[in-house]
Amino acid sequence: RLLIVYPWTQRFFSSFGNLSSPTAIVGNPKVRAHGKKVLTSFGDAIKNLDNIKATYSKLSELHCDKLHVDPENFRLLGDILIIVLAAHLKDFGPACQATWQKLVGVVAHALAYKYH
Amino acid sequence: MVLSASDKSNVKGLFAKIGGQADDYGAETLTRMFTTYPPTKTYFPHFDVSPGSAQIKAHGKKVAGALIEAVNHIDDIAGALSKLSDLHAQKLRVDPVNFKLLGQCFLVVVATHQPAALTPEVHASLDKFLCAVGNVLTAKYR
Repeated sequence: RLLIVYPWTQRFFSSFGNLSSPTAIVGNPKVRAHGKKVLTSFGDAIKNLDNIKATYSKLSELHCDKLHVDPENFRLLGDILIIVLAAHLKDFGPACQATWQKLVGVVAHALAYKYH
Repeated sequence: MVLSASDKSNVKGLFAKIGGQADDYGAETLTRMFTTYPPTKTYFPHFDVSPGSAQIKAHGKKVAGALIEAVNHIDDIAGALSKLSDLHAQKLRVDPVNFKLLGQCFLVVVATHQPAALTPEVHASLDKFLCAVGNVLTAKYR
């Protein structure tokens, strides 16, 4: 959804092959694999809620030094994740959304923390 | 950012599905916004912002009405919301960042109530539409 709703985010994924249409993106195996990577990483944050900055320290350096990703993209991804959760989970009330928005905000902050 | 023909069709189709529930969606959007982004409450010091309050219901209805108006005049949102745009520029002066927050919450409401209707394509179109509305409402700020 990130690649479809905010198409400019495709700039980081030129090696992913066909991203030419929503259908192509949805069916793209590299997109699927990367989605799994990203969500697994979110799981790491949840397992280390007291130490998210440390958990993402190396990833933060990677996103800055090697991947050159503007941290604004982390906020976009977080917002999209919230909408996906809302669509799939039975119970995603206001308090739940508020908590998750805080979490994605903290993760985005942690990923941007080592930028220089 | 321009709304394509398919964006317009996607948004109209979605709002047709929402139908008479729009007012409820409006109220829930506000409740989620106040809960998730507490600074947004600073614009409503005169409100009872507890979920289900009469004021939230009334204001939710107003917000929904404005969105529907924009959908019904989707080829000229600026024209349709011109008076609202004046109001926001001269009187309300809500900081532009808040329209994104409201938009995010509306998307979440749609996702919770109409998950099947919010396909990636429709999601993209709705996001663009909400951005367009926000842009119109802040267009006369300076």
